[in-house]
Amino acid sequence: MSDKARVATVWLGGCSGCHMSFLDMDEFLFDFAERADLVYSPIADVKDFPEDVDVTLVEGAIANEDNLELARIVRANTTTVVSFGDCAVSGNVTAMRNPLGDPENVLVPVYVDAVDRNPVVPSEEGIVPPLMPQVLPVHRVIDVDVYLPGCPPDADKIKRAVTALLDAEPLVERGTDIQFG
Amino acid sequence: MAAPIDLHEVAEREHEARSRYPWRIKACASTACLSAGATGTVQSLEQTIETNDLALDAVVIPTGCMGLCSRGPLVRVMRRGGDETMYQAVNEEVAVDIVKKHIKKHEFVETNLLDTSIPFFAAQERIVLANGGVIDPDRIEGYVAHGGYLALQKVLTEMTPEAVVQEVTASGIRGRGGAGYPAGSKWSLLAKAPGEQKYVVANGDEGDPGAYMDRTVMEDDPHRLIEGIAIAAYATGASKAFIYVRAEYPRAVERLDRAIRVARRNRLLGRKILETDFNLDVEVRIGAGAFVCGEETALLASIEGLRGVPQLRPPYPTEKGLWGSPTMINNVETLANIPAIVTKGADWFASIGTPKSTGTKVFALAGDLVNIGLIEVPMGTTLRTIVEDIGGGIPDGKAFKAAQTGGPSGGCIPAEFLDTPVDYDSLRQLGSIMGSGGLIVMDDDVSMPEVAKFFMDFSMDESCGKCTPCRAGTVQIHGLLERITAGQGSWTDLRHLEQLCATVRDTSLCGLGQSAPNPVLSTIQYFGDEYESLLVESGLEVVDA
Amino acid sequence: MRERRATVDVSFDGVEYEAYADESVMDASRRLGIGIPSLCYLEGLSVWGGCRMCVVQIAEDHRLRPACATPVAPDMEIHTDTPQLRAHRKAITELLFAEGNHVCAVCVVNGNCELQDVAVDTGMDHVRFDYQSPQREIDASHPKYIFDPNRCIVCTRCVRVCHEIEGAHVWDVAYRGSEAVLVTGMNQPWGTVDSCTWCGKCVAVCPTGALAYQGRAVGEMQHQTDIVIRLAMARNKGEWIDPAELEEMR
Repeated sequence: MSDKARVATVWLGGCSGCHMSFLDMDEFLFDFAERADLVYSPIADVKDFPEDVDVTLVEGAIANEDNLELARIVRANTTTVVSFGDCAVSGNVTAMRNPLGDPENVLVPVYVDAVDRNPVVPSEEGIVPPLMPQVLPVHRVIDVDVYLPGCPPDADKIKRAVTALLDAEPLVERGTDIQFG
Repeated sequence: MAAPIDLHEVAEREHEARSRYPWRIKACASTACLSAGATGTVQSLEQTIETNDLALDAVVIPTGCMGLCSRGPLVRVMRRGGDETMYQAVNEEVAVDIVKKHIKKHEFVETNLLDTSIPFFAAQERIVLANGGVIDPDRIEGYVAHGGYLALQKVLTEMTPEAVVQEVTASGIRGRGGAGYPAGSKWSLLAKAPGEQKYVVANGDEGDPGAYMDRTVMEDDPHRLIEGIAIAAYATGASKAFIYVRAEYPRAVERLDRAIRVARRNRLLGRKILETDFNLDVEVRIGAGAFVCGEETALLASIEGLRGVPQLRPPYPTEKGLWGSPTMINNVETLANIPAIVTKGADWFASIGTPKSTGTKVFALAGDLVNIGLIEVPMGTTLRTIVEDIGGGIPDGKAFKAAQTGGPSGGCIPAEFLDTPVDYDSLRQLGSIMGSGGLIVMDDDVSMPEVAKFFMDFSMDESCGKCTPCRAGTVQIHGLLERITAGQGSWTDLRHLEQLCATVRDTSLCGLGQSAPNPVLSTIQYFGDEYESLLVESGLEVVDA
Repeated sequence: MRERRATVDVSFDGVEYEAYADESVMDASRRLGIGIPSLCYLEGLSVWGGCRMCVVQIAEDHRLRPACATPVAPDMEIHTDTPQLRAHRKAITELLFAEGNHVCAVCVVNGNCELQDVAVDTGMDHVRFDYQSPQREIDASHPKYIFDPNRCIVCTRCVRVCHEIEGAHVWDVAYRGSEAVLVTGMNQPWGTVDSCTWCGKCVAVCPTGALAYQGRAVGEMQHQTDIVIRLAMARNKGEWIDPAELEEMR
């Protein structure tokens, strides 16, 4: 059994920019790979979220029912859950539909009013997840241990946070590392 | 210029007129009884008297509030030199019976008799409400006949302003608006403030849900308030006074306007009052429906015609108030106590109540009680006396659960503290406040988190929006309470609720925000188990639609 | 010769300082380099005291006071940085973020925003409270400026600078509580308000992205509070400013 940390990343209602920023850590990724196994991630071919994960970076807001379900699975199987990026922390751009109210108010103009052919709101039970009435930050549906805002958080910020987590150091005096936007 | 009123002559004439009729029927025509149909009662009484040829035997006098509003319309039948009888629920038919039986045949209308020896009446001590159910509010003669304006005459002719301030200070009276600031200190601040132009303002922006103490004074005994204002102005050197009345009290505005006109005509206001060098103008200003305008700095802004939002203190209004001039704001009930303090003396007043809370307090009893209405009791009367004796206990065999004092700024007091004396300091120790006198009693069917939500809804709606904690914090507190009462709240929500209440309490600009969390904090303190029983194990599992 | 200003001894967080007897705790703290977060306060304008970010504790007094509206007093013991104050300031910041739509990622002032800075200063890494997601109408009717009330924190700097410095009184607060909103003219589109002189002082002093120049993209907007402070202070002192100095500040 490896003594490496078991790290996962998940991609909920977001643009994947936070994952891009994660990859921007460049050569630190080698150091990271030395110390951790990436046991689940959109950039790894793993179907089911595994058990006994040490750290999970959660990108994106809770925008649909699949997001909600996965967030709960993450919580049940992870020691330290990190809200990764502004969408996870605050809803951010993903939540910009919230002032418009019911999701229908967004779906109908886009999929019905604005199209000529086959104007229908996409729905397929079990395949297309229904939207949440309001987009929620991750901590509204599961307990979150660490917050890493930024849109996206730049690679250095992520590096500092991930290093601290792998070293089991508390995140203090973070200054602009917690700046939104 | 008209000649000033001769108070003694008027009083004498009034007493004479009174004894002309063998029977006087006093019918409560205050707002609560009017809404129960008192207009019809009065008409029916008058008609029946006329058609039964009793016009020389009986006269009907519409009066102010008699107190036991839940039994209205109330009527008192008084026989010359004899006893008086009180009737409850006097509708038009009962009114006919009263004339035909009681007046004509000297028989009681048994079905509607109201026993005046019950504690509701016996346990009260009426100073502010002394004329309630006694005089016709529209006739200055009635007020004068009961000693009205003698106190003003006394201060103008026998006392220096300093002596008046001294008397008020010695009486120990504290502000009846809720905070309990010693009135004498305030008066002395204004008296000492430099400036040619000074103002006195009577705060009649009574906004607590269910409270109608000040309304009753303004509607039913307007001259008492005017006399109190005039004494305050004389003592402090003010030459202009405002009565700020909320727009929801049109009858009070009408009555006060008329009373001011009559007082001026009788040289009790205006120039050379009672032939002295004292001048005073009083003007009614009407609010526009904002609760926050009961806060003194917001009230002043509103009088100046500005947006009614609280201003920063210091400077305090007694330094810089209306249009930059020294201004003193007193609650209507405070001012209504003044004539009696002057007439009967500070020692007499201080002997009533407790050493630190002197005098009486008017309460609007509401909620789950047998007797609902307006009462005046000595400060320090226990909650138990008010609830069980005066209020007649909880109806339908249910148990007492909590008493809410101080409206949206107050707290809920549980049964274990029923023996607490009702005074400023004891209530504050329990996490509530005296407030302006709203007292709502709840039986054991009531959910306390729901009560907290009700009051937070009120505060949220009435926040002026100037400061962040009150504007945005009350919204969040309300949201958390909604989640908890809907059975979707978590322990985290409860923790956030308490933290947020602390922030709103500690950082809000004015009293509205600072005290808005009181109903929540006091119900968590005394009824925490009710909150806890509503929580879900992990509220994060629940996402409301 | 000008009279010397009287001074008093005060302490900030246990350190002794000399403050002018006629200044506020806020002004003293600024002059002495003590950071007290604030949003509605702006040097040279009247004191509003609404944001409550600058609350401080005086000695053991449990009633907190806004530094901006509290005059210093002899031997005043001022605490600016207790755990309780930090918790309150963070909560107030969260309340501000939750009541509007402050999406930094798409905001014109991203990176140049006083509200964003306050969030960093107070350590706000997330908002505990529910976002209210208001949908207030954006006013883009002015040819030069744009007003997004969803980004407004009702600090009323615009109201005060327009009334007190420019003398136009275009801005005011309408409605109350959480409905409170800044309005132009008699609550009409800004572009139709004749009393607006297009001076841009309101835009210059806005602490958030609520007031901006038209056509600015994310992060492109830079407020110029320093110019307005200079103008206001000079005006209060009755002092003339060399136009070249202003030009340089621009």
